[in-house]
Amino acid sequence: MTPRPTGAHVAASSRGAAGAADRSDRSAAPARPSGGGRRRSSSRLSARTRTRLEIAFFTGPALVLLGLFIVVPVLQAVRYSVFDWNGLGPLDDFVGLDNYTRALGDTVFTGAVVNNFVIIALSIAIQLPLGLAIALLLNRDIRGRGFLRVVIFMPYVLAEVVAGVVWVLLLQPNGLVDAVVEGVGLGGLTQLWLGDPDVALGTVMVVLTWKYLGLAVILFLAGLQGVPEDVYEAAQLDGASWWQVQRRVTIPLLGPTIRTWGFLSMIGSLQLFDMVWILTGGGPANSTVTMAIYLINQGTERGLYGYASAVAVLLFVISLVLAVLYQTFVLRRDNEAAPKPRRAAR
Amino acid sequence: MLSALLHRSTTTKDMHPMARNRALTAVALLATATALTACGGGDSGGSDADGSTLTWWHNSNTDPGKAYYEQVAADFEAANPGTTIEISALAHEDMLTRLDAAFQTGDTPDVYMERGGGELADHVEAGLTMDLSDELPETIETIGSSVNGWQIDGQTYALPFSVGVVGFWYNTDLFEQAGITEPPQTMEELDAAVQALKDAGIQPISVGAGDKWPAAHYWYYTALRECGQDVLEDAVTSLDFSDPCFVAAGEDLQGLIETEPFNEGFLATPAQQGPASASGLLATEQVAMELAGHWEPGVMQGLTEDNEGLGEKTGWFPFPAVAGGEGDPEAALGGGDAWACSADAPAICTDFLEYLLSDEVQIGFAERDMGLPTNPAANDAVSDPALADLLEYRDSAPYVQLYFDTAFGENVGGAMNDEIALLFAGQASPQDVVDAVQAAAGTD
Repeated sequence: MTPRPTGAHVAASSRGAAGAADRSDRSAAPARPSGGGRRRSSSRLSARTRTRLEIAFFTGPALVLLGLFIVVPVLQAVRYSVFDWNGLGPLDDFVGLDNYTRALGDTVFTGAVVNNFVIIALSIAIQLPLGLAIALLLNRDIRGRGFLRVVIFMPYVLAEVVAGVVWVLLLQPNGLVDAVVEGVGLGGLTQLWLGDPDVALGTVMVVLTWKYLGLAVILFLAGLQGVPEDVYEAAQLDGASWWQVQRRVTIPLLGPTIRTWGFLSMIGSLQLFDMVWILTGGGPANSTVTMAIYLINQGTERGLYGYASAVAVLLFVISLVLAVLYQTFVLRRDNEAAPKPRRAAR
Repeated sequence: MLSALLHRSTTTKDMHPMARNRALTAVALLATATALTACGGGDSGGSDADGSTLTWWHNSNTDPGKAYYEQVAADFEAANPGTTIEISALAHEDMLTRLDAAFQTGDTPDVYMERGGGELADHVEAGLTMDLSDELPETIETIGSSVNGWQIDGQTYALPFSVGVVGFWYNTDLFEQAGITEPPQTMEELDAAVQALKDAGIQPISVGAGDKWPAAHYWYYTALRECGQDVLEDAVTSLDFSDPCFVAAGEDLQGLIETEPFNEGFLATPAQQGPASASGLLATEQVAMELAGHWEPGVMQGLTEDNEGLGEKTGWFPFPAVAGGEGDPEAALGGGDAWACSADAPAICTDFLEYLLSDEVQIGFAERDMGLPTNPAANDAVSDPALADLLEYRDSAPYVQLYFDTAFGENVGGAMNDEIALLFAGQASPQDVVDAVQAAAGTD
């Protein structure tokens, strides 16, 4: 028989090799003293148990905290939300879904939902191009780059309340902002920045942009570090201009970073509370009220804990739905792509 | 947060199961919106089993009040051997927040402040506050009608130690500059004064509409002038606001708002915080007057560098009468603070309350200008002339109506204040205010 190397043969032999390794592995067992097999299988079991114990040990505290501070409170909120309850005394006034229908029928709450979505849209529409531009600029070798990076990132590091109080003082009628606007000859443009219902949300947006732009810039800068140098070189060799390089190379490669930032920005906007609470408290005339502000107003200020719980559940559901939609439709590519290199590396 | 939780779990066994639910509510509300941070501070308070320790929360956290209360506690301890009083002198807002949390966890201080009205009614309904009627009949008798705001179904649950009234505080200098010789007594005269001040280039009135309640006080007063006492008393218990006087009250206020008497940006102005607040504007002579309670001179002192406030220029006049109103033009809007014992406080708590309202302690309280005393024996001891005037006005008023938001409780009162703030912003009509209050009352 003339041995002919065929595909089947190669496959078989490779399979054979694998089989041999398998067999040698198995044959090692009987070579051990009798009883060893049992001991080995028991040690294998205990290894599995040990792994499980390790997992339990390391994840346990996190799970307990998650349960105590996230899962249990969420479930409690769901329970409170079907009662009319002022926070004192027993839960005995079951009202079914009344709290939910009331919230959805309250123009202040629906206005708050609209405000939240406006803030999401404006945050992304303003901070994405601005953040990208600044990140691309700061990624170039310009003088004082480190200093500029610190300046841009500083507001994000400041405590919300401190930054908010400073802004409130700056934005007072005849305050510093007015003085600056007048100083540059634009006196006609001064507004009741926080006192006019038509202007207040815009003012809040400006302060939010100032506060959170640093995060976008720092994330984009980090993403830019991950773009390999040779891609630029290749593009430049092909005669691409700086603009073309940014538009065709840098920004597409920044995609995963931008999408992740978008997710953080969206969730942050949905749960926005502290900065608005300090700046306007939701006013004037409810023009800047967000869902979280409405929830705190109804709960702790009005003592409507049952109703506020229903609002909290609505906020939770809205956040969850948006998060899942975003994960499914926007982040899916990144999520699918992410584990692969890790598997290959293993 | 964790330490608070651990502490809570160790005390769970002696807590009513409901109390645990309450403890979790705040967490439940806030954890659901995970961006929000909240945490009950340390759990102080709670009663001692042997009944010899009293925890006492008050809001006189600056001298002379703080030192005075320390002395009062020491005197009581000396007179009652074996009794210890643990004082927590808290900033006012802090105290309110911590009291809210304390009531929800059931871990209340033994002696604390009650503001009366609907809030007290909620506490009583939940069985958190001690009934004092049979314990201290003589003290209740001494205080007289001021105690009304702290009575529910004829039972007394707290003893007011300071009851003040709201009125216009004004800058006598600026009034003079504008050529106003007599403080206005009717709405027409107020309108004329506003015009005179504007003509003199002075902002007439500051109002902290950003905090809502200072704006709401205007509506309360116009309602007080428009509605008869019986109508108001009825409304507080029945929560029925169908009487046309309530809409008329809103119309009076709307008329005033339309004359644009308020400081620039008043919709976002805070009541008392900082020099740009309503009180700060009055204290720094940016505006001529402000509608505020008996606390105003003290607040203004804290907002000026020399701690003098308006000093000699401080003037006061009552809220003007409205034409054709059914209400008594002498009736005053006010409110105050009362001492209460929590339901599970040791028996000696009532003795301490009796002592706090005694001639001796109230006179010391009045001498230090800490408020407007309710024990008539202390009336002559008030040294500040403005407060003395106020006290006279209060005692000669046919009745003192408790602030409506306090009287109606957080829910209805809050809805009322929100809608009145919208009226100030020109986004609600007088009828809207009544409708909003009525709607909130329906959910109460």
